[in-house]
Amino acid sequence: MAIFVFADQHQGTFKKAALETLFYASQLASSRQQEVVAVVMGEINQPRALADLGKYGARRVLHVDAAWLNDFDARLYALVLKEMLNQYAADRCLMPHDFNGRALAPYLAAQWQAGLLTGIVSLPDDKDCYQKQVFSGKATAWIKLQTERQVLTLLPNTFTPQPGDSQAQVERWQPTQVSAQQKRIQLKEVQTTQGRVPLTEASIIVSGGRGLKGPENWGMIEQLAEVLGAATACSRPVADAGWRPHHEHVGQTGLTVRPNLYIAIGISGAIQHLAGVNGSKYIVVINKDPEAPFFQAADYGIVGDAFEVVPRLIEAIKKYKGIS
Amino acid sequence: MKILVCISKTADTTAKIAFTPDQKSFLETGVQFIINPYDEWYALVRAVELKEQYPDTVLHLITVGGADAEPILRKALAIGGDAAFRVDLQPISIEQVALSIAAHVKQEGYDLIFTGKETIDYNGSGVGGYLAGLLDWPFVSLATRFDYNGQTATVEREIEGGREICEASLPLVVSCQKGMAEQRIPNMRGIMAARTKPLQVLAAPPEAQQPAISIDHFALPPKKSGVHLIEPGNEEELVRLLHEEAKVI
Repeated sequence: MAIFVFADQHQGTFKKAALETLFYASQLASSRQQEVVAVVMGEINQPRALADLGKYGARRVLHVDAAWLNDFDARLYALVLKEMLNQYAADRCLMPHDFNGRALAPYLAAQWQAGLLTGIVSLPDDKDCYQKQVFSGKATAWIKLQTERQVLTLLPNTFTPQPGDSQAQVERWQPTQVSAQQKRIQLKEVQTTQGRVPLTEASIIVSGGRGLKGPENWGMIEQLAEVLGAATACSRPVADAGWRPHHEHVGQTGLTVRPNLYIAIGISGAIQHLAGVNGSKYIVVINKDPEAPFFQAADYGIVGDAFEVVPRLIEAIKKYKGIS
Repeated sequence: MKILVCISKTADTTAKIAFTPDQKSFLETGVQFIINPYDEWYALVRAVELKEQYPDTVLHLITVGGADAEPILRKALAIGGDAAFRVDLQPISIEQVALSIAAHVKQEGYDLIFTGKETIDYNGSGVGGYLAGLLDWPFVSLATRFDYNGQTATVEREIEGGREICEASLPLVVSCQKGMAEQRIPNMRGIMAARTKPLQVLAAPPEAQQPAISIDHFALPPKKSGVHLIEPGNEEELVRLLHEEAKVI
């Protein structure tokens, strides 16, 4: 029996979270002597990228090479996956808990009559329980799936792949029960935020709050992000005031992020903001108010005026990185 | 057009999270419950706006929960909606909720279903997709904008580092998040009207009775050992710690 992983790609580049999930699946598979099968939807212009999935733990790649699957569609992808999983008599399908995975996994679970567990952050323990963050990261639950067939989603940035040098065996696979005629959603336009690391994939995030006083002061935030190769984010009041675009809003009602390093500048740390960032591995808080609640959630902190601390921090990082 | 909005009861965003001594269940004592923000601010309000745009729209609300969920449903009705349904079941899993709602949808018939992107307690993010899968309807997740011209829906959805705009015809299931609508505070007229709007209790379908998961226990995250403060002016020390101790740069 194999573990199937939906390996989401965009123009031949596999998403970071998809590679993490493959790696996770290979960990899961090795303890059960199973193999990992990566499922790739849509045309690929760099065929070598498929075999390279072997580096992340895929033994085989099943490539559904069809132009009508180039654009993500939860329903179509689920129908194709269902047919494939049934054909291979699979019992387990994994994908990242990212934008597409969060749509596809439940759709597939319903169609394939499988148990569903989303946003897991661990391998199963000896009771076969997976850990999952609940209450927006304020607690963890140990959950067991009671079903034979299982669909699982893995929270991004939980497992760090250690690429090997294996190559996967690539096969083309065509569905017979699903076709382009079943497409009912038409993609009209894709707008991408140019040049920046997507927030959900960033390993370092520099985030600014109301303490920065106005959008004109974001230059130093951008500069700090640039020297660190980081993405920029903001708190809710900043997005609501229109200082920064909504897609940068991190927190309970915005994006949930789990970077390795989250640097919060001029953000007090309201519980709703913390809910979006408390999965970060390390948190640095820069705030002039020593009573700011964010310090209690921080690993490192500087109590000081951001307008003085941040430029000095930028210089210190440049020095460390040898940039002048 | 007939719209169904799925409503969930959750602990308030500022609620203190604690568990029973056996760590098996969430301690509800003293916890304020609210309409799940994604269901209220985005799904419900956008549906109410659509009803304002197309006045012959029928707008129903549904929740899956015990009698203690009814105040939440009344509060939602105060914002808008013609009638509400409560499926009488205390669900613990995504598919229990989706199966309960799907049974009602198959009986009542709808053109459009809105859900929030996830609940802020179990963060499953699955009910919308599971429901769409049960109904075999198209599904657009994490929508930040929804427009309907009487025939076609135009939906904007968030993706990694950008957004997609797509078109679909009804029926359709959409999970909603920030951007769809602005929060509305119910007015006195709405609150009064909500008291007399029909609220029907439905029995849960047999297929929804048995959850596919079991929760072994909960735990709070280990307390942070305390913040390591660095003097302003000593930013180079912070860089050193991030590199040598945390190993994140």
